[in-house]
Amino acid sequence: MAATPGGVASAALPAEGMIVSRWTRLLESQPVLAVALIAPGVLILTIFIAYPFVMAIWFALTDISVGVAGKFVGIANFTKAWEDTIFQTAFKNTFFYTFWATVFKLSLGMWLALLLNRHFRFKRLIRASMLLPFIIPTVLSTFAWRWMFDPTFSVINWTLYNAGWITDRLPFLSNGDYAMWCAILVNTWRGMPFFAITLLAGLQTISPDLHEAAALDGANAWHRFWHVTWPLLLPVTLVVVVFSVIQTFSDFQLIYVLTGGGPANETHLVATYAYQIGVASGLLGQGAAISLFMFPVLFGVVWVQLRFLKRMEGA
Amino acid sequence: MKRRSFLKAAGAGVAAAGIEGILSAQRAPAFAQGTQVHILRWNDFVPAADEIWRKEFVPVVAKSLGIKLQVETINANDIPARATSAIQSGNGPDIIMLLNNYPHLYAESGVDVSDIAEEVGKAQGGIYSLPQALCKVGSGWAAMPWSTVPALVSYRKSWFEEVGAKSFPTTWDQYREVGKKLKAAKRPIGQTLGHTFGDAPTFTYPFMWSYGGQEIDKAGKVILESKQTIESVKFMAAFWKEAHDEGGLAWDDTNNNRAFLAGEISATLNGASIYVAALNGKDKFKTEKGAPLHTDILHAPLPKGPAGEWPYHTAFTHMVMKYSKNQKAAKDFLRWAHARENYDKWFVVQKGFAIAPTREWEKHPMWKLDPVMLPFSKASLTGRAMGYAGEPNKKAAEAWNKYIITDMYAQVANGKMSAEDSVKWAAGELRKIYV
Repeated sequence: MAATPGGVASAALPAEGMIVSRWTRLLESQPVLAVALIAPGVLILTIFIAYPFVMAIWFALTDISVGVAGKFVGIANFTKAWEDTIFQTAFKNTFFYTFWATVFKLSLGMWLALLLNRHFRFKRLIRASMLLPFIIPTVLSTFAWRWMFDPTFSVINWTLYNAGWITDRLPFLSNGDYAMWCAILVNTWRGMPFFAITLLAGLQTISPDLHEAAALDGANAWHRFWHVTWPLLLPVTLVVVVFSVIQTFSDFQLIYVLTGGGPANETHLVATYAYQIGVASGLLGQGAAISLFMFPVLFGVVWVQLRFLKRMEGA
Repeated sequence: MKRRSFLKAAGAGVAAAGIEGILSAQRAPAFAQGTQVHILRWNDFVPAADEIWRKEFVPVVAKSLGIKLQVETINANDIPARATSAIQSGNGPDIIMLLNNYPHLYAESGVDVSDIAEEVGKAQGGIYSLPQALCKVGSGWAAMPWSTVPALVSYRKSWFEEVGAKSFPTTWDQYREVGKKLKAAKRPIGQTLGHTFGDAPTFTYPFMWSYGGQEIDKAGKVILESKQTIESVKFMAAFWKEAHDEGGLAWDDTNNNRAFLAGEISATLNGASIYVAALNGKDKFKTEKGAPLHTDILHAPLPKGPAGEWPYHTAFTHMVMKYSKNQKAAKDFLRWAHARENYDKWFVVQKGFAIAPTREWEKHPMWKLDPVMLPFSKASLTGRAMGYAGEPNKKAAEAWNKYIITDMYAQVANGKMSAEDSVKWAAGELRKIYV
């Protein structure tokens, strides 16, 4: 502390010529700075996520329809949805679709990531172009797939027919089972690059020395993968699987464009059925209730993931 | 009779109220310069019709009414989404084109247009009953009918003759027999039973009604589970396998057009768009013998069932929105658009694909130009609306939009359910709506 004339001690003064504003002083306080930096993110989340979510809950508890405010009806919309056979079909379909699409995306994504982790010519170009299915807007790519599966003009049927492998058209979209597997195929095609690129990033953090050491100990490729790669990749895998499950479970665009939920509701998902009721029929309250059935499932998935990650960190 | 004479003759007794009065008096435009009216319509299946809106209506309306008309067109399937967001946000197009019984769905958000409906109806021979039922909510008109796209069967004349049908079958049994022979010759009937807004319910509801099946009675009680409905579903199960392109379970509203024009199917229920496309593409669309395809296309109403023939035709209507700040301008624009000399421009380019909501236009000289199109001129004389024998109200809209009746047939067509189970399922779904 410098002593000033008159003997009163004072704090160090700013360098000569430097003016320190009140704002600067405020932002030098860590708690204030933290709040200031988080605030924009919180505001965006509040406006675009929290507010619509709370509104959806409110809508689901009323009989609101388009242009009519509606009145409080408690859980009547949820009960009606639960007893609706089309909703029951859509709910089961959503689990089926999510499970198989995730299994295929994980397996194929992992396989692709392992391949791309090697050195080969044009590696960078191939890694970049591999992302195309994920980058192309869903609606556009699904329209292309719909054209390929067209009931009358399918290029796949044409090829198989001319190759002598089939004598009659395969009912890609007109048979419920075929249509669901076609939807899973398209979702897998779209989502696999996301898995591959994320798992590849994870693979790049694993030191090659570990594989070398394992190989020296006599481990073959499968043993090296199962005992070295997989355990180290587990945290990244868990995160990417959870993101994918959330996106796939709430999928709308792909089914809407590919099948519209048909034939005969056999490919309806919770999201597409919620749209059909809420928007096409104008029953906003019922549509909101249907869509909210996804929340506990996805909340459970995220909770399990967080517990798992915490446990792994602890270990 | 030439078009000009038709307009003169028809206009002789019309009152000079409304836009005709303004035009004849040559008064200045009624609105402040720059009053904007934003109208949202579908991408018309006849593209030339959208050009009439943009290139004819827009400049004329700016000059005569002082209104800056903004015409926006989107896919018809997206109209409910746009209408919902506009109504809930209180902001959007001043006029929204609606289909089917959407006016009942959005009735609380529409301005009463009874004055326009009564004026136009009185001047032009009366509005058909089907668009009336779809637009009138209670005693008021929630929307103004603009047009109807009648659905008739487009069929290949020569192919039907080859299997012994000199004219189009008049009963479902006859149609099934002819269809069997056509499918054996790899020329099946093509129909959609998929989740698509136009062709699917336009086929399944009339099919059900023709057998005497119906969703509800006049009191609103669900009576779908009847002997007549079950009979119709059993018939459909066999008819589908024996005579149809089974890929139709996944078709949307464009698939049957494409399949017909490609020579893959022999008959389909549709608007006149197939014939209009074949006519406009004489060099592109040909029969297997090399003749222009349009020379081999005829139109006929759906066959009769045990309870007769009861078609459904898709109505297109305009709703003036309550949130609009230009309600008067929007209403006056609609009056102007329905005036004969203006509506005529739009009507003529349709070539019969869409017809007027009023009876007077049955006598238009356009119908004499092409006998193949003549069946469309009186198509709107008969018809029923969804929710028969009740009103085509919100509950009927919910049943329609859930595709309950269409799926009742689709579930047996794809072998997933028996006829009895499918009808029971559909009746159960209807009971949840009509509580």
